[in-house]
Amino acid sequence: MTEKQQLGTKHARQAGLLSIVPGIGQIYNKQLSKGIIFLAILAVFIYFTVTFGIQAITGLITLGTEAGRDHSMFMMVEGALALIIYVIFLIGYIINIYDAVSVGRMRDRGIKTAKTFKEIISNVWENGFPYLLTMPAYILMAFVIIFPVLVTIFMAFTNYDLYHTPPANLIDWVGFKNFFSLFTQASWRETFFSILSWTFIWTICATVFSIVLGITVAIVSNQSFIKGKRFFRIIFLLPWAVPAFITILTFSNMFNDSIGAINTQVIPFFNTIFPFLELTSIPWKTDPTWTKVAVIMIQTWLGFPYIFVMVTGVLQSIPGDLYEAANMDGATGWQQFMKITLPMILFATAPVLITQFTFNFNNFSLIYLFNAGGPGNIGGGAGSTDILISWIYKLTTSGTPQYAVAAAVTLLISSFTILVAYLGFKRSNAFGNEDMM
Amino acid sequence: MATTTIEKPKKYRSKKTSERINKIATYAFMILLSIIILYPIAITVLSAFKAGNTTAFTLYFGGEFSLASFQRLFADTDYLRWYGNTLLIALLTMSFQVVIVTLAGYAYSRYRFKGRKNSLTFFLLIQMVPTMAALTAFFVLALLLGALDQPWFLTVIYIGGGIPMNTWLMKGYFDTIPRDLDESARMDGAGHLRIFWQIVAPLAKPMIAVQALWAFMGPFGDFMLAKFLLRSPENMTLAVGLQTFISNPRDQEVTLFAAGAILIALPICILFFLLQKNFVSGLTSGGTKG
Repeated sequence: MTEKQQLGTKHARQAGLLSIVPGIGQIYNKQLSKGIIFLAILAVFIYFTVTFGIQAITGLITLGTEAGRDHSMFMMVEGALALIIYVIFLIGYIINIYDAVSVGRMRDRGIKTAKTFKEIISNVWENGFPYLLTMPAYILMAFVIIFPVLVTIFMAFTNYDLYHTPPANLIDWVGFKNFFSLFTQASWRETFFSILSWTFIWTICATVFSIVLGITVAIVSNQSFIKGKRFFRIIFLLPWAVPAFITILTFSNMFNDSIGAINTQVIPFFNTIFPFLELTSIPWKTDPTWTKVAVIMIQTWLGFPYIFVMVTGVLQSIPGDLYEAANMDGATGWQQFMKITLPMILFATAPVLITQFTFNFNNFSLIYLFNAGGPGNIGGGAGSTDILISWIYKLTTSGTPQYAVAAAVTLLISSFTILVAYLGFKRSNAFGNEDMM
Repeated sequence: MATTTIEKPKKYRSKKTSERINKIATYAFMILLSIIILYPIAITVLSAFKAGNTTAFTLYFGGEFSLASFQRLFADTDYLRWYGNTLLIALLTMSFQVVIVTLAGYAYSRYRFKGRKNSLTFFLLIQMVPTMAALTAFFVLALLLGALDQPWFLTVIYIGGGIPMNTWLMKGYFDTIPRDLDESARMDGAGHLRIFWQIVAPLAKPMIAVQALWAFMGPFGDFMLAKFLLRSPENMTLAVGLQTFISNPRDQEVTLFAAGAILIALPICILFFLLQKNFVSGLTSGGTKG
């Protein structure tokens, strides 16, 4: 502070104001080479705006005016691309002002600033190193995650479907119409809500069953008297180790109504051992309820090893003296379990449970590979075991595609999963102790 | 202490029988579960070595041992091509993703820079966006770019899609490596690159190996994206290709599928069991501590 008053200059303010035109503030700060680079970027910005930007943004607003000539989808995609590039320019612009002000402030305080090109480069290397390291991640994410998500968001507000397929037809903005019709238009609403309710039943059952089985297996197999622990552990991990699509396809064949192993081998086997049961063949793939039972059982089979491994790790890390102390206080085995073991397990595995929940909510492979969402048809192109995600797949790839509705459903379920995961992580404190180290 | 020793004899007998019951129940449960797990796996393995073709998987130990399915797999189908495609995609995904994620994770763990906290939260949130949210867009985009049925497009998506989650896990691992090491190196005048390359990166090898394994295994296990974006038989990955063997309910090539499945599952299982200790600890340290 004292130094600043001594010099009495106002370089920070001046440079900041001048850098409204990028580069000028840097030149004022006597960083000529940096200023020229910034000016060059400005030139690129202007060139980009004139040749691509204006046209892309207006295209995004109108989505084309003349069918046959204007390709609405191209325009939307170009518009989304232009938006992202403009955001990048905006960040650059903010950096430019920030840079001019901070260099100006250094001059106000009489601190030596980098002037030559070489000095500036080494300065960027020293102070900008973390940005250089994260740059590739950001560039890739911008194009592979943010850009398509942006296009999906746009699509949800249009009427893009079979009858509005460019280039022969134009696509138009329709506001919230797709979202409204999901809730108000009878045919959409019925399909949407029946899929939604099954999606929730499915997610909760599949998640809870695998968690309960995983925890049970971990506790049971962690008892000290068991021999061959490593052998059992390998077996219990197999459902996780084998790629899921292989086991799902195998199960899909095994649950076949007429030729599958369950009906031709397992059920007769039970009937031989317990003749009084008199089990009959079960319509695993033609009766909606049985298909639902089957997919939940299969997901339990597939999902429990992950929980089992987590919980075993937790169990082995609980200090033994906790139990000794509890023993001394006369706690029963059940009390020890409820007061020590279970809270420890739940505390340590909470984030994993959330990811399991969102995973099952979006478990396309199982539903699609087991029975293609069938049996039957409940309207809107969906079968009776379709969950939202497999319904979206069908909406997009069917002979009469409904891109816009698919995008709207996608937005709804994505915001839901993000919300659940966010709240879950927040409560389980994944954010909390960050930055404390 | 005194009270417990006095009470013990009273309960002794009943405790012993209940212990025995517990033992029997425990083993019964574990053996039953093992059977349920091994049944479908054994069926697949046995089917692969059966002569001729059956339409359904059943557990059957008799019959002639034969490698005919494997021969047919290599001679009459695109299997080897799919294997090559998947290997190439997996190797590319692995190399790019490991480099990008390691650098970003290191930056977030070791440097305090402007925008760090916000962008970390952004990473955590964006990792929750289901691949689904981008699926329709990928499809349309692929149509427009002429990238439908192009493996490179799929590869780029695999690389980018894993970044947020894996950066977060990588950062969690770097956080567990003591900072004193790199700080003392900095005192000795080591530059940014040297500290990273010679001190921190070697210590993070276990996690880097896990990241590489995950990135490598992803394309082998992914069905959804590949099914969505690949069309012609010669461009398919293993997951999509194998599905064509038994996707037609009238004409299921079960033995062919089983043979193909074994050749995928075996190497993946071996890698999995070799590295499982590493990635379990990686998951818990990165997942719960942040």
